[in-house]
Parts: sequence; C-alpha cells; structure tokens
Amino acid sequence: MTVKYSRDHEWVDISNHEAATVGITLHAQDALGDVVFVDLPEVGATFAQGEVAGVVESVKAAADVYMPVSGEVVEVNEALRADPSLANTDPLGTGWFFRVRASDMTQFDALMDEPGYAEFAKGA
Amino acid sequence: MTAAATDLKTTPLHALHLELGARMVPFAGYSMPVQYPAGLMAEHRHTRTAAGLFDVSHMGQLRLTGADAAAAFETLIPVDVIGLAVGKQRYGLLLNPEGGILDDLMFFKESDESLFVIVNGACKDADIAHITAHIGQRCTVQPLPERALLALQGPQAAAALARLAPGIEQLVFMTGGNYSIAGTDCFVTRSGYTGEDGFEISVPAREAEALARALLAQPEIAPIGLGARNSLRLEAGLCLYGNDLDTTTTPSEAGLNWAIQKVRRTGGARAGGFPGAETVLAQIDDPTLLTRKRVGLIATERVPVREPAVLENMDGQPIGQVSSGLLSPMLNQPIAMAYVGPDYAAPGSQLFAMVRGKPVPMQVSAMPFIPARYFRG
Repeated sequence: MTVKYSRDHEWVDISNHEAATVGITLHAQDALGDVVFVDLPEVGATFAQGEVAGVVESVKAAADVYMPVSGEVVEVNEALRADPSLANTDPLGTGWFFRVRASDMTQFDALMDEPGYAEFAKGA
Repeated sequence: MTAAATDLKTTPLHALHLELGARMVPFAGYSMPVQYPAGLMAEHRHTRTAAGLFDVSHMGQLRLTGADAAAAFETLIPVDVIGLAVGKQRYGLLLNPEGGILDDLMFFKESDESLFVIVNGACKDADIAHITAHIGQRCTVQPLPERALLALQGPQAAAALARLAPGIEQLVFMTGGNYSIAGTDCFVTRSGYTGEDGFEISVPAREAEALARALLAQPEIAPIGLGARNSLRLEAGLCLYGNDLDTTTTPSEAGLNWAIQKVRRTGGARAGGFPGAETVLAQIDDPTLLTRKRVGLIATERVPVREPAVLENMDGQPIGQVSSGLLSPMLNQPIAMAYVGPDYAAPGSQLFAMVRGKPVPMQVSAMPFIPARYFRG
C-alpha cells in the first residue's frame, strides 16, 4: 500500500521513493468548496509532523494544511499555485500540494489506510 | 453533522434543500443551505447572469398596525416612515441610545395604518422584544412566524417570475404588492440583497415548497446558498449585520447617512426623536467627529483577505480592520469592507492587510465593486 491518509485530511503517496507526495483528500476539497488560493511551503523548509505547512482557501473559508510526516519539502506544485481549482477537480492527481523527503517512515506506517480513512471521514 | 445540529430550527424548505443536495450549516439558529452541488462560484455567477432562488425564511417578518404605527416606528429608527408613500419600501436602522446599530431592516408601507417589516434572523427575537417594549402600547406588533421568505435575484428574475405572475414585471425597485404566483397568494417586493434586479417573496409557510418548486421549474432559476449570498452582497457593497454593522457602529461610521432622510436630520421638520439622535446627527453635521469609516478595499495580489485582518499603513502602524473580505468571483481579485481611520478613507489610499503575518497591498475603492442593476422603471 503506497497511499495513506492523515486525520487532518491529507493523503500521502510514497510510490515515488525519492519523496512522498502530499495533497488534500476528496473529502477535504468537498468540505472546503471551490478552492481559490493555495499558500505552499518553501522548498528546503523542514517541518515536524503536524506542523502547518500551507494554507488552502475557498471563497468561504481558509484551512491549514498540516505536514502528515516529518521531513524536508523538496518540491511544490507550481501548477496548483497557478490554478488552485486543481485541488477540486483532481485532488488526488494533478492537484497535489508538495513533495516531502520523510525523515521517519514509522509515521507513514501509522497513518490510516483507505478503508480506515473512509470510515474516519464519514464521522468527521 | 454534529449533535448541536439537532437543536437547530428548520425552514419550510428544509426537505427541499436536502433533496437538492444542499450542504447544510448552522446559521442564525437555523439549519440553512450554504451551497448546492453546483458550488458557490457557479451559484454566484448564475445569479449575476440568470436568476437565483434563495431561502431567507430565517429572517424575521412582522407587521406593525394601528393609526399611530408609522409615527411610533419613527421613534425607533432615524428614517422617514410617516412620509413614505403607500406601496413603497425603505431601508431602516434600529438604533440604541448611543447611536449604535441594533439591526438593519426593510419596511414596506402596506397602508397608512400598516407596516410590513423584515429584520435579520439572528436579531429577530431581540428586535421584536425591543420594538414591543418601546412602541407596543402605540401599535400592534405582530410577528409572522407562519410565513416563509424567498428571494429571487438576477437579470432574468423578472422574466421568469412574470411567467408565473403576469404583471409583476411592472413593479419597480423598492415597491411591492400582493400577487398570485403560480396560484399562491404572496406578498412581493422588488428588492433584494445581491445588487441585482430581483424580488423578495413572502409566502405562507405551508405553500412555500410548492412555490419554490414552481420557481425552480423555470429554466432561468437555480437554487443558491448562503455562501453565494454573502459573496454577492459584498460585491454589491452591502453590509452584513454582525460583520460590517454592530451595536458599536453608528450610521455615519458605516457610511449609511443616505438612509437618514433630510426630514429627520438637523433642521428637518421631524428632526431627531430616535435613540442616539444627538450622536448620530452630530456626526452627520460634523464629519470630523468620526474616528473611523467603512471603506471598500481591493487588492491586486490574488490572496484572499478575510475578516478580521488588521490593516496597516506604509509605516507598519495599525490603522483599521477588515469587517468582511473574500475573493470576488466576478473580479477574481480580493475585495473587502473595512473600518479605517479617516486619514485613510479616501478612494485610492494605499494600505496593507496583514494575512498570516505578510502584508497584502490593498487600495481603498469606491463601492459597489460590481455596479448595481436595480430596475427603476
């Protein structure tokens, strides 16, 4: 299993072994509504798990994006910055937020799998 | 969603909202639709280009009746009620003794002895208590909780509504009357809160759903949630009570002097005689008394600026605060209303909104941000 989910509604994909890709879930973008702005972290910045690494804003609300696994940001999605609506139209694909070189893979292992997240999101 | 949701009141259109796939949120003690599946942006644009139907049944409807009703109501608001012609509607403000705004409202003169009043949902219980306590001995204050309220807004609203109620297109902005719409007896005014042409329709609660379905069956009309209502009213430069107006705001600070007719001002035939008159009239007579003013702001960077962002001048000193702000769906730029010191209130003034610790440059702008399209005949 290469994709897991945080309690803060981020997904993490480690299929690229160099760095984990992070985005917001289908549930998160649905709850936010039309995304109009994203504030992405700087490449090279280091975050601990749970720290605020970005902001995603819809017309009606702003929400923090939390770092699901500790590590260094090695790439951000400039296409998303230019077209924030990608977070709505393709949140699990071209609407990814950033890539992070994870420093502790046990954090990834402890995240929820897809059925677990689906159950969690239902109650959120 | 949460346990508290069960404590919320519902409007007569609640089941219809759920059927239409609305996302419901708590608002003014009610479970209300914030958006439908089309989403806020699409709903906003639909209202500006075609016609949108809003459930505003959470708002308070009441009637003041009796030979003395108009004169009595004038003792609570700084507005010409006595002189308003029968069949016409006007904007009003309930004030406290300090001149602060308790609520903003619309009233309609049904006859020389009857006023129909619409107040904000979150304020309605306090408003009715306030009005009853002060003028309940001079006129009958009758809450109308058995009525629902729909707003139909947009450039195609008149054409769509006239199909169900021929002749209604002859109303002009801020007038109204009783009409049968698709066989339902309604009280209709040509007004609304989006800056567009449109109508507000008061209907018996039990007939509200059938009326809403008849309206939604028209090709121009789509259901619109409170999210788009907020972005529409902000583009139109209209205040939201609780954000841009509250009990600490005076009419002059809020830029609402236009709502106070000459007859109630210093030197007028019925000057003063309303709560806070001394403060309110002094501020109109001498604007230098104001320590802050409501302004419109527009940013060139595409970073949404929300309330309560602090505003700073070029020197980094705080000079005001945003009261409402979002990314304008039509302009695709951040717009906001804010209160700033008088030195910064002139259009073109440059200031900075602090967003997550970073300054976003903004410029004081005339309002409305989107030109109003009221139908004045």
